[in-house]
Amino acid sequence: MSLFNDSLKGLHKRLAKREITASDLVNESLRRIVEVDSHIKAFIKVDEEGARQRARELDEKLASGAERGFLAALPAGIKDNICIEGMTTTCGSQLLSNYEPIYSATVMHKLAQAEAITMGKLNMDEFAMGSSTENSSYHPTRNPWNPEKVPGGSSGGSAASVAAREVYFSLGSDTGGSIRQPAAFCGVVGLKPTYGRVSRYGLVAFASSLDQIGPLTKNVEDTAYVLQVISGHDACDSTSANVEVPDYLSALTGEIKGMRIAVAKEMMGEGIDPSVRERVQEAIVKLEQMGAYVEEVSLPHTEYAVPAYYLIAPAEASSNLARYDGVRYGVRKEGKNLVDMYLETRSQGFGPEVKRRIMLGTYALSSGYYDAYYLKAQKVRTLIRQDFDKVFEQFDVIVGPTTPTTAFGIGEIVNDPLTMYMNDILTIPVNLAGLPAISIPCGLAEGMPVGLQIIGKPFDESTVLRVAHAYEQETGPMPAPMVGGKTE
Amino acid sequence: MAISKAEVYKVAALARLKLSEQEADQFTSQLNDILEFANKLNELDTENVQPTSHVLPIHNVFREDEVRSSTDRDKALKNAPEQQDHMFYVPAVFE
Repeated sequence: MSLFNDSLKGLHKRLAKREITASDLVNESLRRIVEVDSHIKAFIKVDEEGARQRARELDEKLASGAERGFLAALPAGIKDNICIEGMTTTCGSQLLSNYEPIYSATVMHKLAQAEAITMGKLNMDEFAMGSSTENSSYHPTRNPWNPEKVPGGSSGGSAASVAAREVYFSLGSDTGGSIRQPAAFCGVVGLKPTYGRVSRYGLVAFASSLDQIGPLTKNVEDTAYVLQVISGHDACDSTSANVEVPDYLSALTGEIKGMRIAVAKEMMGEGIDPSVRERVQEAIVKLEQMGAYVEEVSLPHTEYAVPAYYLIAPAEASSNLARYDGVRYGVRKEGKNLVDMYLETRSQGFGPEVKRRIMLGTYALSSGYYDAYYLKAQKVRTLIRQDFDKVFEQFDVIVGPTTPTTAFGIGEIVNDPLTMYMNDILTIPVNLAGLPAISIPCGLAEGMPVGLQIIGKPFDESTVLRVAHAYEQETGPMPAPMVGGKTE
Repeated sequence: MAISKAEVYKVAALARLKLSEQEADQFTSQLNDILEFANKLNELDTENVQPTSHVLPIHNVFREDEVRSSTDRDKALKNAPEQQDHMFYVPAVFE
């Protein structure tokens, strides 16, 4: 059995007793990467040498009897839009294929302080734009449960690497569902924290008012551990919130008796695959049996979330991506003058989905269309927030499916942007309102994992984790998939 | 039709993108689909609704106006596609 099937607590204990070493954990991660990554291709880059070196240093330190960090020696995978000083950070784009950040993201400093070990950078849709990881300009990633299916996106590498037991945990980023949707498709746990809970410093910006970094893990307890480490105010990110970080582990009581759970009818209706709805309904019944009070509610503006998002996010992206001009970093393409160099650099460097969103955002912000599209979308965003505020006056959490379907086939909808966008219909409202939400596995439909989404009040990750953990305790953990005909 | 092919070329120029004929055709049709979908928002009366640009009640974030060290010049130039005399080097602005 892989070391990765042990709990974080278990591994901590075994490290303390010197039954295992940091090098054992890193070797196990590398062994799994060699064994399965050719099947799923979750990594863009594996930093074998760096990881071995870090493990040796940690082993020396541990041998001297020093205190262990909160995530000591745990092999982690990092989405390739999070900057690590000196390690290529491509964002899944050819334009940044040679980009080596000169500083590390705040979350990376925090992971280093907790003594986690970075195994490498994980695949993603280019600039985090996509729901399938097919928009990576390097290669698609495959779903560990079925190589003909997508792993979801944009954090597809982050979800697939955890599901396939290549790393112990990973970090992803979520702008419209990019942590939760791949977590659901790959049968792992993925949390998008409240906007402002985790510093975005060093996260390559996509849509700045929506982006948030979060963990992907095998179980809820591990998510609580990682969240504990990466949360908190950061002076380097002026949008990070100065709100106290509670002890997330103490929230995992296994007890949800009397808790008030809302089920939004707009998230359970038309457009949700019947097999997904069935699994989610079973999960809701389970929560009721565990003593929670469940009631149906309405979030009347849910259907407007996707059109609002596809104006707001591209508008912010078109502005954020203006920086890729071939002057300060990235791959420059020569032109006969300055403007021509910009045009060549951007036209050859960006893939089709990125260009589409830059075009859409530029249009929505352009003179004459600003009020009709961008301002209108921001007003609708207010209505969507108010829907949630109203429900949270009376309820602790809202539960429903994470995605309308299970993982779709590779190539199935890649040329149909609108259908692809509709995949995020259940996750996008949460980003627009800035709320915390988790996706946890709730069984299989036709052999593929189904995700249960639990949405909480702003900065109330504790309650979200409590419900998720209690459900997981009751139903047992999701088994590991067979990858390339082998279990680990 | 919300957006014409001529407008697509105009927007591309604003965004510093050069489109092939085929890309322009494809974007014209796809952007029309997406904008038509976005028109769904007009079903809602938002006359008296304040826009949300940001969910946190944060407005301006200031720090003390004190001198701090900044990034080393050579380090900042590390990723430059081209540099000269410790500066970013770009093609001629005027021909």
